[in-house]
Parts: sequence; C-alpha cells; structure tokens
Amino acid sequence: MSVLELEDLKVHFPIRSGVVFDRTVGHVHAVDGVSLSVETGSTYGLVGESGCGKTTLGRAVLRLVDITSGHVRFEGTDLAGLSGEEMRRRRSRLQMVFQDPLGSLDPRQNVESILAEGLEVHGIGQSRADRRTKIVDTLERVGLASNALSRYPHEFSGGQRQRIGIARALVLEPDVIICDEPVSALDVSVQAQVLNLLEELQSAFGLTYLVIAHDLAVVRHISDVIGVMYLGGLVEEAGADELYADPMHPYTKALLSAVPIPDPVVEDAREQILIPGDLPSPSSPPSGCRFHTRCPWRQPERCDTERPELREVAPGHRVACHYAEEIRAGELRSRSADVAAGTPPPA
Amino acid sequence: MALLTVDNLSVTFTGNNQRPVRAVDGVSFGMDEGEVLGLVGESGCGKSVTSLALMGLLPTRGVEVGGRVHFDGTDVLSLPSRRLRDMRGSQLAMIFQDPLSSLNPVVPIGRQVTETLRRHKGMRGRAARDRAAELLDRVGIPDPARRLTEYPHQLSGGMRQRALIAMAVACAPRLLIADEPTTALDVTIQAQILDLLGELARSEGTSLLMITHDLGVVAGLCDNINVLYAGRVIEVSSRKQLFASPHHPYTAGLLGSVPRLDAPRGEALTPIRGSINDTIDWDDGCAFAPRCDHYTMECLTGTPELVRAGEGHQHRCVNPVNLDPGSAHADRPDPVAEGGNVR
Ligand SMILES: Nc1ncnc2c1ncn2[C@@H]1O[C@H](COP(=O)(O)OP(=O)(O)OP(=O)(O)O)[C@@H](O)[C@H]1O
Ligand SMILES: Nc1ncnc2c1ncn2[C@@H]1O[C@H](COP(=O)(O)OP(=O)(O)OP(=O)(O)O)[C@@H](O)[C@H]1O
Ligand code: SF4
Ligand code: SF4
Ligand SMILES: [Mg+2]
Ligand SMILES: [Mg+2]
Repeated sequence: MSVLELEDLKVHFPIRSGVVFDRTVGHVHAVDGVSLSVETGSTYGLVGESGCGKTTLGRAVLRLVDITSGHVRFEGTDLAGLSGEEMRRRRSRLQMVFQDPLGSLDPRQNVESILAEGLEVHGIGQSRADRRTKIVDTLERVGLASNALSRYPHEFSGGQRQRIGIARALVLEPDVIICDEPVSALDVSVQAQVLNLLEELQSAFGLTYLVIAHDLAVVRHISDVIGVMYLGGLVEEAGADELYADPMHPYTKALLSAVPIPDPVVEDAREQILIPGDLPSPSSPPSGCRFHTRCPWRQPERCDTERPELREVAPGHRVACHYAEEIRAGELRSRSADVAAGTPPPA
Repeated sequence: MALLTVDNLSVTFTGNNQRPVRAVDGVSFGMDEGEVLGLVGESGCGKSVTSLALMGLLPTRGVEVGGRVHFDGTDVLSLPSRRLRDMRGSQLAMIFQDPLSSLNPVVPIGRQVTETLRRHKGMRGRAARDRAAELLDRVGIPDPARRLTEYPHQLSGGMRQRALIAMAVACAPRLLIADEPTTALDVTIQAQILDLLGELARSEGTSLLMITHDLGVVAGLCDNINVLYAGRVIEVSSRKQLFASPHHPYTAGLLGSVPRLDAPRGEALTPIRGSINDTIDWDDGCAFAPRCDHYTMECLTGTPELVRAGEGHQHRCVNPVNLDPGSAHADRPDPVAEGGNVR
C-alpha cells in the first residue's frame, strides 16, 4: 500500500521585478508535474543535480511551500483540502530532516527544548516528566547519551547534530520522514554512521522514508525505489537494483556513468557518457524533452517539440524518453563518443 | 627527479587569544615531474593549509611554519615574496573549490586571462587575446571569443571552474595544485572537469596535486595517494595498492564507510566510530587511537613512525591491517626516517 502519493504536482515560483509595482515577469518551474507514490515502510530515493527541484518537492509535501497545482495524498487524504487544525494533526506523522544540521537547529535552545517543542505543539505527552522520558528514550535510540539534554547544538560534532535532527523528527512518532540531503554535510566516516542509523530506525519503527539527495551512491544504498529528476520533472523511476543494472533514460545513464567509484580497477574500465554543457534555467525550460539540449541521443523534431510522458516500460520501471527502447536496443547511435567535453552537440 | 619535496612541514596558527592550532603536523611527501598525486582526508585534516603553504600563500602573521618545501631545488619557504610571486603563475599554479572567490568579479574573464599572460609571458594586445581565446577553447568553453568579454557572474559554476583552470594553465606551470576543484559542482560537471584535468596533466606533462575528500575522485585520476589524518600523512601508496589493501585502519575504515554505486545492495556499511574531534595529540601517540578498533597500548607511546611495507607503500601504524603474514614485521624495524620519504 502506498502511504504517500503525488499526482501531477507543480510548484512554480513567481519571478518578480519592478521596484514600485511588483510585476511577475515569469516563473521558475521548480517542480513541474511529478507523479509518484511511496509504499508504506519503504524508502523512495529522489536524485538529481542541483536546482532540479528536489528540496522544493519535499517542502511541498509538507506544505511548507504553496502548491501551484496537483495533489499530495497522505494515506489517501488530499492534504490540500485539509484545514489548518487537521493539517497540524497529520503533520506530526509527516516529519522532515534537513541537510544542514546546524542551520536547522536553533542555537539558543538546548537539546531538550529542541525536542520538547514539537511534543508541546502537537500536545504529545501528559507532563513534563513524561515528555522528558520520551526525549531521553529517543536520544538513546539515535545514539546520544542523556547528558546531551542540557547541551547546545554548537557543542556537538556534525554527525551528532544530524542525530539531534533525526531525534527531533523521531520523537513525534512519525510514519513518514522526508530526509533532505541527510548526510551531504557530513564527513565520509560519519556519513556511514548516520546511514546505518536511518536503516536501523526504519526496521525498528516501520518508517517510510522519502530521501532526497544528489549523491547517487548514497541514494542507491538506502532506497528501494529511485526516482531521477531533471529540471523539475521525473525522467526515470525504477527499483534501486534495476535502475543501476538497466538505466534507460539518457540522463540516468550519464549520471550513473559520472559517479566516481572508489576502486581503480572499476575506474579504469569505466566508460563515461560525458554530457556536454550545463543545466538550462528552470525559468525557461527547453521545449519538448527538457534534456534535449544535452542529450547524446537526441533525434530531430520530436525531441525538440514533444515532451515525453513518464511511461511504464516494464513493471515498476518508468521512463520519460521517446526513444528509450531504441536506445537500449542499440538502434540509435550516441553522439557522446564524438562530443568533446563542453562543446554542445551540433544543433 | 623529484619536482617537489615536502619535508616535515608543520603549520601552527597562533592567534592572539587562543590556544595555538597545529593544522599541519609534520607532513612529508615527494612528487615527480608529471605525477598526479592525490592528497586525501576529511574536513580539517590540513589539506588546504598544506597547499597554501606550498604556494607560499599563508598569512605572514600569526602563523608558524616549520620544515622545508623544495620546488625544483628551490627552497620555497625562504624565498623573498617577489620571487615567490614570479614563481606562482609561471611555475606553480593553484585552483580552488570556489571559483567565484578566486576570480575578480568586476573584470571580464578575458582580461583576467590576458593579465596573467602579460605578467608572466610579456604577451600583449592581439597576441594575448588570441592566446586567451585559445586557452578557453582548450578547457572546453564554447564560443570563447564571446566569453572573453563576459564577467564571472555570467558564467555557470562549471564554466567558472574551467575559466580558472584556463588561467592556471596559461603559463604552462610545472605543478598545478587543485584544492577540491569539483566539490561545489554537480556530478556530471565534475566528470567533465576531472576529465579535463587528467587530460591536461597527461598531454602537457604537468604535475598535478589533487586535493579532495572523495576517494572515488582519486581512484580514477591519481597515480599515487597520500592519506592525511589530523595533520599528518598516515598512508602513502600507489592507487591500486591503496584500494586493494589499505594498511592503515583509518584508510580501511574510510573505504568501508563509503557506499559504492556498484556494490551489491543490502551490504551494511562499516563506519568508523566517533568523529574527527575524538583525537589525541600526535606527541602522545596515534591521533586515530580513540576511534581505532586495532589499538593497543603500544599505540599510546609516542608518534607511530611512517613504516615501509612493500614497494611504494608506507603507513603510520603499529598494528597495520591487510599485510601479508611475514612481510609485516620484516619491515617494522626499518622505519623510514621522517622526511626521508623514499619512494
Ligand atoms: N522560494 C523560492 N523562490 C524562488 N525560486 C525558488 C525558491 N526555492 C527554490 N527556487 C528555485 O527552484 C529551483 C529548484 O530548487 P530546489 O532547491 O528545489 O532544488 P534542489 O534540487 O533541492 O537543489 P540542491 O541540490 O541544490 O539542493 C531552483 O532553480 C531554485 O532556484
Ligand atoms: N587561519 C586559520 N586560523 C586558525 N586555524 C585555522 C586557520 N585555517 C585553518 N585552520 C585550522 O587548521 C585545520 C586544517 O584546516 P584545513 O583548511 O587545511 O582543512 P582541510 O583538510 O582543507 O579541510 P576541508 O576538507 O574542510 O577543506 C583545521 O582544524 C582548521 O580549523
Ligand atoms: S526524448 Fe529525445 S532528447 Fe529526450 S532523452 Fe529521449 S532521446 Fe534524448
Ligand atoms: S597505531 Fe594503533 S591506534 Fe593508530 S591506527 Fe594503528 S592500530 Fe590504530
Ligand atoms: Mg536541495
Ligand atoms: Mg580545504
């Protein structure tokens, strides 16, 4: 069963200009029609490069940004239709862990009051003592001793701060936790501690995760299903093993081939698909397939004019590319071999 | 012949009202002409401070620098600042993590490149402009003639890093130091830049000192790797050796901590416990001891020496891992003298 469902979700930010009259001169298409569903107790990983809309999507689910159109359903209920009070009740069961543990923790609050705040807002716990017991239990679950209670965020290392962030979410006994870049600010040796912790907590409490990250290796490690985003849209979705074994979208192929692997033998044998150029601006996304300005397999006409739908090519495997099957079958030749890094493919 | 030798380099920050911070604590390594060397370690281990010291870019006040740095026979640390400036740019060049902070925001890219050419090569006017366009083209900036007139903020992060590389290689330096040059970039752009750096090093014979925290980056690019921990080199190895059989528990721990894109799923990671804050002074023993699963009392009796264990492979550990039985102790009584870092 799916606990969280997004249907054609769009978040467009107005670009304003003008000093006296605030005019809207365009929109940033941060999230531009994403549909996906997350199964109860599973981990859905969302990857993509900077600015593709991952964080915005996560914030939209929690209604921390306004949704332009589309639906977010939590256990079948459309969150958009809920009153403030009803939303608040659900909110405790839908929590978020942020990228920057220091930036997201109030430096003037000690750990106890950081964790107590959510409990008070949501009216959880009968008394102060009751809440304290809960907080101490939660801290222990994330590997922090109870002497952390009276200490302040700056007194902890990066990894410990991220544990505090996780405890803050966990103490509310959520069903779903959205983790936005949960380890990207941490040192490698500490990243692994936090990833293991997230996995442990998932199996202990049956949590569902939506993990947002730019690091494909991290995402593949903890996710059951992976969605790849490019310029506000989902371009491919598949089981974590399948996506790695059989990537079908040209962007996914390029992304996978670009990730350095800490093994010289693998690195020496690796064939890279270098995609030229940079990410186009999300305020004026390319026509047709959004990837066509960088795609080594781009075909004339159709790719430039018709936006490919995300369609199922195998059970549980969806791709938004007109030519996914032909590319897989080797019927289309890639230009990547001819493309020197940085030079755009001939128009 | 060694192009660069770093011999027991130490850097201590002695701020006014604070305890002195020993950022680099006896780093020694050598680099050959044309070698691509990786300097790897986690945040705060002294990578950037080491590279600034090599470039003579540390502030002169509030810093104590010890040890020696020889570049092509010249003692860099005692060079007068004018000679040092000449050397930088023409022989030694550096690129940083954040290209914006090392480009002048109010000067067009083209002028910044031609200025380097004028200062170090005496090129002017048309010749300099043509050469600048050639360089931008060389580093893969499309439409270079137009880009020359643009300002840094008009370029994307990847393009800025390319522009910076163009400036760095403008005078065909013999050593290029790259401090986390791709950390701020997306992975597809990172692939382009790494490709470019490797290609430049090979085709021009430039030595490249690649500083990064990413083991994947060095695995593909570097001939040899130095691993740093708490201001000291703790392992030196060719890249194949390092990844196949890391001898220092810290290196082994790092490799066990990173999820690999190509690993079978469901394999648990084996993190290193604690954090970089859990350390002891090198003078008292092994700085990694508080986090190490292999530590014994022996680890707490002064700084472990850098020990040779096979061809081109050294480690600073009294209980090394992944050693062939037999070879382990054979090398023990033969510590490589600090600084006499033989390859
Ligand atoms: N509040 C906002 N107002 C206007 N534009 C915004 C706002 N928030 C995000 N954007 C824009 O929306 C796009 C998507 O941003 P978002 O932060 O969701 O990307 P991301 O995938 O999380 O990137 P990163 O990996 O860098 O965190 C970007 O172009 C960003 O500049
Ligand atoms: N100007 C300074 N004054 C005082 N301490 C400093 C100064 N610059 C660096 N340090 C300290 O020296 C140590 C090494 O810093 P360095 O910048 O070399 O680390 P690094 O290995 O480059 O880390 P990162 O991966 O985060 O860039 C750190 O503990 C840092 O806090
Ligand atoms: S639709 Fe065309 S441009 Fe888009 S990914 Fe597929 S082949 Fe490339
Ligand atoms: S010297 Fe001792 S504490 Fe240090 S890494 Fe080796 S075994 Fe561990
Ligand atoms: Mg983000
Ligand atoms: Mg640094």
